[in-house]
Amino acid sequence: MSDAVFDRVRSGLGDLAQDAAVSHGVLVIDATPAGVLPLVRGLKASGFDMFLDVTAVDWPAQAPRFEVVWHFYSTTHKVRVRVKTRVAEQQPEVDSLVALYGSAAFMERECHEMYGIRFRGNDDLRPLLLYEGFVGFPLRKDYAKEQEQPLVPYREGFQ
Amino acid sequence: MNDKVIPIQAAGGQPSGAFEYISTKKDELVGWARKFSLFPYPFVTACCAMEFMAVSSTPYDTDRFGAALPRFSPRQSDLLMVVGTINHKQAPILLKVYEQMCEPKWVMAFGACATSGGFYQNYATLLGVDRIVPVDVYIPGCPPRPEMVIDGIMKLQDKIARERHPILTKEF
Repeated sequence: MSDAVFDRVRSGLGDLAQDAAVSHGVLVIDATPAGVLPLVRGLKASGFDMFLDVTAVDWPAQAPRFEVVWHFYSTTHKVRVRVKTRVAEQQPEVDSLVALYGSAAFMERECHEMYGIRFRGNDDLRPLLLYEGFVGFPLRKDYAKEQEQPLVPYREGFQ
Repeated sequence: MNDKVIPIQAAGGQPSGAFEYISTKKDELVGWARKFSLFPYPFVTACCAMEFMAVSSTPYDTDRFGAALPRFSPRQSDLLMVVGTINHKQAPILLKVYEQMCEPKWVMAFGACATSGGFYQNYATLLGVDRIVPVDVYIPGCPPRPEMVIDGIMKLQDKIARERHPILTKEF
């Protein structure tokens, strides 16, 4: 049953995606940055009504450096779709999906503070898990893991 | 049945003289009183809370040590129990709670995370609450067994009993 759904999605992709293949039962769509928003609009229309996740992958040695990954679920067809796109370090910017899925707002905030991906159209990208004044993006590979940014000055004897 | 009862009052209603005076040092008396009236403030942030619940409940019964009644206002408590991981975002809250507590006050680092950051060593976690507040007793374990918590409470009581207890402090 999932094959029929995937075939229907794949046939409607056009030039929005470079590649689409099924991997571990999930349809993986490799989209162009500009194609994400119209592609997801089409996904939502074809039954993928639940926004599961947005996150990013940092590939320091590759260009473009960042891969932004979304997951969607269809509660009618019981299948998942993964949408991926690549953005460059100089302009890590993709379109926000808040207009389509309200639940994207918080997850885009988290992705923004952890990886520094900007989401065009989400005007509330304040830190969610981190705090105001935190410098840098801790889940990027070039952020030193043990680099602390304490809010309270340490007592004497602790540096 | 028991004819070995020592009468508080002698026959005829006259005071017997028993227990009318005791002789001790002020610090020992105040320390004895304070060590059996610990009012913990549980600053509970993580999974060690389960062990805190276990140690507070009937089978282990910290009431035996006068340390059973948690006060959820720092102004009414004198033992700050930091139970769980403290991250940098949480640290100002912990410091504010500590500063609101009245003297005399003691701090217990409950479990590996509060003691040293535990297995976390990253951008988010405070590597031990002693970096921001002075800690009196550290309890190891991830999480600590209730016996270890009770041992920690008894160690803290010994410490309180041995401490100086000035009636006038620099705050007054």
